[in-house]
Amino acid sequence: MSQSLKIENLHASVEDTEILKGLSLEIPKGEVHAIMGPNGSGKSTLSKVMAGHEDYEVTAGTVLMDDVDLLDLEIDERSRAGFFLAFQYPHEIPGVSNANFLRAALQARLPKGEEIDAVAFYKDMYAKMDALSMDRKFTGRSVNDGFSGGEKKRNEILQMMMLEPKYAVLDETDSGLDIDALKIVAEGVNRMRSPERGFLVITHYQRLLDYIVPDVVHVMSDGQIVKTGGKELALELEEKGYDWVTEELAVTA
Amino acid sequence: MSSTLSENETAATAETSVPWFAAPPVHDIALELPDWYREIQSESWQTFLNLPDPERRDENWRFADLRKLRFAELIAARPADNVESLVQRAKAERVEHFAAHFVFANNRLIYSEVADLPEEAICLPINQALADHGDVVRAHFMKEEGTLGGAKFQALHGAATLSGLFVHAPKGCVIEKPVVVHHFSGGDFQAIFPHTLAVAEDNASISIMDFFESIVDGEQSVIVGGVDLVASNGGRVQYVSMQDESDAGPKHVQLNSSRAGRDANIVSAFVNLGASWVRNESINHMQENGSDIQIFGACLANGSQEYDQRTLQSHEAEHTTSDLLFKNALYDESRTIFAGLIQVQPGSHHTDSYQTCRNLLGSDKAEANAMPGLEIDADQVKCSHGSTSGQISDEEIFYLQARGIPAESARQMISLGFMNESVSKLTGAEIKENLFERIERKFASLRNW
Repeated sequence: MSQSLKIENLHASVEDTEILKGLSLEIPKGEVHAIMGPNGSGKSTLSKVMAGHEDYEVTAGTVLMDDVDLLDLEIDERSRAGFFLAFQYPHEIPGVSNANFLRAALQARLPKGEEIDAVAFYKDMYAKMDALSMDRKFTGRSVNDGFSGGEKKRNEILQMMMLEPKYAVLDETDSGLDIDALKIVAEGVNRMRSPERGFLVITHYQRLLDYIVPDVVHVMSDGQIVKTGGKELALELEEKGYDWVTEELAVTA
Repeated sequence: MSSTLSENETAATAETSVPWFAAPPVHDIALELPDWYREIQSESWQTFLNLPDPERRDENWRFADLRKLRFAELIAARPADNVESLVQRAKAERVEHFAAHFVFANNRLIYSEVADLPEEAICLPINQALADHGDVVRAHFMKEEGTLGGAKFQALHGAATLSGLFVHAPKGCVIEKPVVVHHFSGGDFQAIFPHTLAVAEDNASISIMDFFESIVDGEQSVIVGGVDLVASNGGRVQYVSMQDESDAGPKHVQLNSSRAGRDANIVSAFVNLGASWVRNESINHMQENGSDIQIFGACLANGSQEYDQRTLQSHEAEHTTSDLLFKNALYDESRTIFAGLIQVQPGSHHTDSYQTCRNLLGSDKAEANAMPGLEIDADQVKCSHGSTSGQISDEEIFYLQARGIPAESARQMISLGFMNESVSKLTGAEIKENLFERIERKFASLRNW
């Protein structure tokens, strides 16, 4: 059994427009991969397709998570199987408290008839909130309702820490964060790094990768991975711009 | 009551309407009532007889299903025969910490318990309060002159009411825990007329919860209730109406009036889960500078239930504020009607007033009507009103599903959250928890999400 998140020849469309055009990459457990790419290259589409968003139609390919094809599972089944997406734009759910939301998510992972231990749950949640410098008042507040951009992103990381996925995709988690919030979020992610877990960090800017240092960097353009390298690739991109990659491609083609 | 009088009235109004019944449908409790109270009763009865039935072309009854509000065969409610079990039910459902608890069944007091009431506070059934506290009752009882269409019901209520509670907090008296009142009703065409009168004097504070429930399921009982809330300088009143009657049968009219004095604050909430037809009217006067009133609604309608709610926020002085938030979740073929008016009276400068009605449509056949309104006659005023109707967004469900919550549970959580948003603005963790549980219970009973 392979221990990786392996995307192979993934094609996906929105309303008959193909966005992902045969994308392949593999994230072995224990590694952090980054995807960088210009706006419109399909980065966010990739994250939503993996999570199972219904606006996207997968026309070919597989997304194997430890040999299970995510594409065969319902949205909630993917999550319970160990997949996690930190949203670029987390939704607001008025009237549903953060604590109840997390509890319901954890409860959904238990066998029927088994109940969450409330005391242990709160203890665990408070410890993780402290690590993210989140005020405890957030437990009683409605999910993301009236949260600032930074608070929403921290809340995504809190959810990831509580759900302890096997593989996590962070979709532009750095956007809208000031440097202090960025450091806190990155610290939260780094604490989660382990030989038992893989990460895919999607970002437009190299800045985040100063704090979450990737093992592998992929460059995405027009729905495909066009270049793969080490962490120094991110720096090179930052220096030379995305045009450099696309021009280089044009030359080799 | 004189039957001759009624017959004369019959003749006089035969052209436009047939009287619903010949005398107020209330049992004779053989009380010694003060003259002024007898006068209110007989004048109300005359008014009731003289007023025509509500008509659809009246703006105040627009969208209403008028077939539902003719109570032709109303009779006086008979004593409930399972009093002990009703008391047990009421005890099981009240909040854990309360100031006092009163239980009425078909207009009769069947239980009372005072747990934690300040010495100077008065908490008595209205008919008992008339003797010793008649002056305070008389000063505030049914003083509302206008109605939002329910004049005929108000008159009927005035002619018949003898049940319900009078709560008086004199100057500086803070009743911290809620006063809990249960009103059970039952029996086909049997009517109850509960009244709640709360008076918080200067810097005093009162919290009341009225629970409306059916004795048994499926009986065509009728509830015509009235509520008067008064807070003078710096006083505070919080009032909750939890209407959880049988969803097959009962018809419920409730007419609320709130009057807030200088820097006073009144909060009232209408939670509707049961009854086949409900009409809530809520008239709110911000009478003196700095007064503030908040009105919250949470209605969960299914089957063929119809909830008809009309509100007025009347700003009558400077620096007054009010906020209204009504949330309706509709399923099956249910209907809701919301008509809200903000009036800023001449000279009521620096007013802040908000009004929001949101409808969550859980079925294609459900119907939510909203008529927000605004009349401003002052300067430096901040007002907003709006209503929205919609379904749960796919993106919200996607977000919850992406955390492992199955779609069906996600839908329930979002709907419940939608309903709870207005209730969560009340004061008191136990009160909110109690309401949440009731709302959740009804959600759990719905078959079609």
